[in-house]
Amino acid sequence: MKLEYEKPVITRIETGLMNKFGSSPLYARKIRKDIDGVSIEKLVEDYGSPLFVISERKLRENYKRLFNAFSSRYPNVQFGWSYKTNYLQAVCAVLHQEGALAEVVSKFEYEKARKLGMEGHQIIFNGPYKPFEALETAVSEGAVINIDHFDEIFELEKVAEKLGKQVKVGIRLNMDTGIYPQWSRFGFNVESGQAMDAVKRIAGGNKLVLNGLHCHIGTFILEPDAYAKEVKKMVEFAYEVEDKFGYSIEYIDIGGGFPSKSKLKGTYLSPDVLIPSVDEFAEKITQALYESLRPGDFPKLILEAGRAIIDEAEYLITSIVAVKRLPDGRRAYVADAGVNLLFTAFWYKFNIELVQEVSGANEPSVIYGPLCMNIDIIDEGSLLPPLEKGMQLVFSPVGAYNNTQWMQFIEYRPNIVMVMEDGSVELVREKEDLSDIERREKLPEKLKLK
Amino acid sequence: MNRLSQLAINDEGFIFDPVRGESFTVNKTGLLIIKALKEGKSQEEIVRELVSSFNVEEEKARIDLVDFLERLRSLNLI
Repeated sequence: MKLEYEKPVITRIETGLMNKFGSSPLYARKIRKDIDGVSIEKLVEDYGSPLFVISERKLRENYKRLFNAFSSRYPNVQFGWSYKTNYLQAVCAVLHQEGALAEVVSKFEYEKARKLGMEGHQIIFNGPYKPFEALETAVSEGAVINIDHFDEIFELEKVAEKLGKQVKVGIRLNMDTGIYPQWSRFGFNVESGQAMDAVKRIAGGNKLVLNGLHCHIGTFILEPDAYAKEVKKMVEFAYEVEDKFGYSIEYIDIGGGFPSKSKLKGTYLSPDVLIPSVDEFAEKITQALYESLRPGDFPKLILEAGRAIIDEAEYLITSIVAVKRLPDGRRAYVADAGVNLLFTAFWYKFNIELVQEVSGANEPSVIYGPLCMNIDIIDEGSLLPPLEKGMQLVFSPVGAYNNTQWMQFIEYRPNIVMVMEDGSVELVREKEDLSDIERREKLPEKLKLK
Repeated sequence: MNRLSQLAINDEGFIFDPVRGESFTVNKTGLLIIKALKEGKSQEEIVRELVSSFNVEEEKARIDLVDFLERLRSLNLI
C-alpha cells in the first residue's frame, strides 16, 4: 500500500522568533470554495480565469449597513454613489436602486450616469475639470454642481448668462482636519479666507446662488474625529455665509474616504482591529452636526462613500500559471492576473484564499502577475502552501478602483460576473478581444503590410 | 564538501546541522529525498523511489524533486 503523496518541503526552524497569533503559521491557510454559494471551480469553468466576481447581496448589504448607520442618527441623509470607485453599469444600477444619487467627477462619468437612466437632478457633479459644454448640460439638466475653483465660477456665470437664469451651486471647501496629507488642491481653503472670497465673488456676480457646501478630506481615513472636525467647520462656514449673504445652505456634502476592510501596506494590525466601524464614523459625524447646527435646522447630509460600499463585494479569481524558485530561496508564482487588473496592489495587501485543499507546510511566497515588468507583484511575503500550476487563488477585497483604474497593457481585460441574490450568475462585462483594443486605430494606407 | 553527509537526521523528519547549528524539518517525501541524496543516489533513482513509495505520478515527482533540490541549494545544504 502506497503512502499519500505530499510535495517535498524543508523548513528551517527559526528559534527565538515569537508568534503572537498562536496558531502554527506553517499550516494555517484560508480556503474559499464558493462565492455566495456558487462554486469557484464552476465559475472558472464557465467564464475563464482571471475572473472578477461581484456579489450583489454583499453590495446591497454594505450599502444598507452604511446608510442605516447615518439615517438612524440624522433625519436628512442622502448618499451619492462615487462613480470613480467602480462605474460598471451593474454596480451603479444596484446602488441607484438602493437610493443613491450618482456622484460623478468628469464629463465622461456624467454621460455614463445619464445613459444609465439617471436624471440630471439625480447627479452630483464634482471634480476639478468640468468642460464648458459639460457645465452647460449639467446646469440645464438640473444637476447639483460643486465648484472647485475661481475659473469655474466664471464659467458657470457664463453658462447662467447664456441660459438666462440664476443657477444654484455648491462650492467645495478644503480645510485642516488633522489629516495628512491635507487635500488642498481641490476647492477653496477655509482657513486662509479663500472660501469666503469665493462666496463674495459668487454674491457679487449675482448670477449664481450658493445653496450647498462640499468637502472631501482624503481617502482611507482611519480617524473618525477628522470627520467631526470637517462637519463642525462646514456648519460654521455655512452659518457665516447665511448670515452675511442671506443664502440658504440646503446641503452639507461631507464627501467620502471611509475605509474598507482592506489592509494598507505597512500597517501591522489586521483591518478588523485597525478600521473603525461604520457606526463610529456615523456617531462622530452626526454628533458634530447636532453640536454645531442651530435648533430645528437639518440641512441635507450628503455622503459620497465608494470604497466602503463596493470594496468587499468584489473578488478576483486568478490561476497559477507557473511555479518558480527565486535565487534567495523564496517560492514564487506567476499568476494570470497582475497589477494590470489589481491596480490597488501598489497600496493594499489583499486577503488571499486558496480554492483547493493543499497539503504541505507554508512558505513565504511571492506572487507575480503576467506582465513583463519588474513591478508586477500582486503579493509578497504571504505564507502559502506549495501550490501547483493550474490552481486558483481568490483575492479580496478588490471592488474599489480596480475596475476603473485597470490598465490594458499587453493583456485583455477578463470577464466580470455578478452573483445575483437568487444565486444565478450574470455576465456584467464581457472579456475583451483584439477588436476592442484596435477599434479606434487607423493604419495609414502606405503602412499596410498586405 | 557535501554538507548533507554531516547532517543528523531522525525518522520523524527532524534534521540538525552540527556544523552551523541549524535545524530543519522535512515532511515524509522530503525525508526520503534527503536520505537518498545522503546515500548518493541519482535523481532518476530518487524519482523511482518516490513513485514506488508514494501515490504519485512519475512526472509530478520529477518536477517536485527539481524544485526541492533548488530549495536545498538555497539553504546551502547541497
